[in-house]
Amino acid sequence: MIRLEHVSKRYGDTLAIDDLTFEIPDGEVCVLIGPSGCGKTTTLRMINRLVEPSTGTITIDGRDIMSVPTEQLRRGFGYAIQSVGLFPHLTVADNIGVVPRLLGWDKERIAERAVSMLTLVGLDPAAYSGKYPRQLSGGEAQRVGVARALAADPPVLLMDEPFGAVDPLNRVRLQDEFVRLQRELHKTVIFVTHDIDEAVRLADRIAIMRDGRLQQFDTPEQLLDHPANKFVHDFIGADRALKRLVRVRVDSMMTDAARVVIGAGADAARMAAGSRRFTYVTSSDGRLEGWLDTDDLKDGVFAADAITRADPAEISVNAETSLRDALSRMLGLGFRSIAVTDDDCRLVGEVTLRGIEQAMAGSDEHVAPKVGEK
Amino acid sequence: MNARRSYRWVLLAAAALGFAWLVSAQGLWSSALHAMFPAYDNVLVSRQTLSALVLQHLALVGLSSGLTIAVGVPLGIWVTRPSGRPLRGLLVASTDLGQTFPPVAVLALAMPVLGFGFWPTIVALLIYGLFPVVSSTIAGLDAVPPAVLESARGMGMGPVQVLWRVELPLAARVMVSGIRTSVSINIGTATVGAAIGTGGLGVPIIGGLAVQNMAYVIEGALPAALLAILADTALAQLEASLSVGDE
Repeated sequence: MIRLEHVSKRYGDTLAIDDLTFEIPDGEVCVLIGPSGCGKTTTLRMINRLVEPSTGTITIDGRDIMSVPTEQLRRGFGYAIQSVGLFPHLTVADNIGVVPRLLGWDKERIAERAVSMLTLVGLDPAAYSGKYPRQLSGGEAQRVGVARALAADPPVLLMDEPFGAVDPLNRVRLQDEFVRLQRELHKTVIFVTHDIDEAVRLADRIAIMRDGRLQQFDTPEQLLDHPANKFVHDFIGADRALKRLVRVRVDSMMTDAARVVIGAGADAARMAAGSRRFTYVTSSDGRLEGWLDTDDLKDGVFAADAITRADPAEISVNAETSLRDALSRMLGLGFRSIAVTDDDCRLVGEVTLRGIEQAMAGSDEHVAPKVGEK
Repeated sequence: MNARRSYRWVLLAAAALGFAWLVSAQGLWSSALHAMFPAYDNVLVSRQTLSALVLQHLALVGLSSGLTIAVGVPLGIWVTRPSGRPLRGLLVASTDLGQTFPPVAVLALAMPVLGFGFWPTIVALLIYGLFPVVSSTIAGLDAVPPAVLESARGMGMGPVQVLWRVELPLAARVMVSGIRTSVSINIGTATVGAAIGTGGLGVPIIGGLAVQNMAYVIEGALPAALLAILADTALAQLEASLSVGDE
């Protein structure tokens, strides 16, 4: 657990950090957010003593960080920053091995670690180990930056806008990978960003700051539903309800989908559709093949050409997709519902526009169960 | 790439050997210069062989450039550290001034203190060659991206580790380019030492100018020029081999 108690930082006459107190439980992602100059980066840098607080104490598992030698303290954190800061004169593998080398690991263990870290962040070790940073794309460099931060298996990661320098598409991909990694690794993460969407997507807790003062420290759901003041309200933006959907996964709103197997009769298709006009069509092993408009069915005949065939990846989402992404896909396709498939493209259910409306209405009335609640 | 690089070093070694052979071929110089200047009785200085002059010159240049690097690089590093930063402007200004000062004038000023011979020349060359070394050391260290330094510190490297493992490897190329400039200048400038009896390739040049013997001047100037080209090429090659993060 990381605890900040009445921490302030003064530069000359200006108070950059003003009496900050909060704590981050083990295994949680805490996002520090706010407009530029709000003190979020300074706060992060105080935790590894790149900046020394003027007053107040910071403890990790009850131990005052000022009692630990600076270098030793820093080697205990994983550290990743926006411009990546990969060492240009070292290969990818050597970059990942920096902290293990500082910790005195033997060569073999360092090399093995580089391979497993690259695999973890989705880069092929054979292709990337020997490359130099300048040979990497922005997204690849960020991945190596994360691999380097994780290399010595630190319990705590400090990340200062680690995905800030990549294009929006790659950023979302990196965020998804981060969520996946964190589910596996359960690190305590302190993550600085100025992007509220990123914060809502990644955080267990958000600390929102302004002019060096903490405005609100809460779960994303609480922050979205109950902004503590006008600043927080405005910072979140007008699309609070939409942002709320980022926190809800498709499987929590999924319902059974009407389905019929290719080759079944027209009656079977009508029966499957019931009161609905459309039904999904699957192969005999459940793979989504397309859909069928019951109005196109002629009596008794299951016309193969009545099926609208489509690539499952194009017309479905998976259970872990956020409702917001599902909604955006639906709007893009012009559908009132979207199929949910598993990793093998087998149909498992659907999410409807009406279901999402209910989720949004529910959040306004605070009745929907929140992610993370039992 | 590596093959091509070592091939270049082999070529350079061959050129150095060729130079050594050329300056030791006293007879060849004698007949060539006699052919060019049939009117002169003497075409080579009599007291020392050309190879001895070249060796003296190399000693002069090696020692003064070695000292220049040994003084200039640490000074450049020091003024980019927090403890030396306040003196940075002063150091750059004074080394710059050192270079604008003609070496002959430095010799004249150093003579009353250090006397005739070897050491005043070394001091004059040191002062004259310091500026490129100091300024390129500072420039190389300044060019290390702040994000890289921040990562190095944030990952738990101490100041000495940051310097050795990150800053110097990244600055090496720019630093060597400054050293290269300094050494090339030094090889030419070292000839002035002959004016106060230091020896080296300045001996035939200054002697030749005094007695109006162009053959003497060529005996000193040509090897000095070849030496400068050789040193410059070698250091240029070293510089290229220090390129960071593969071409």
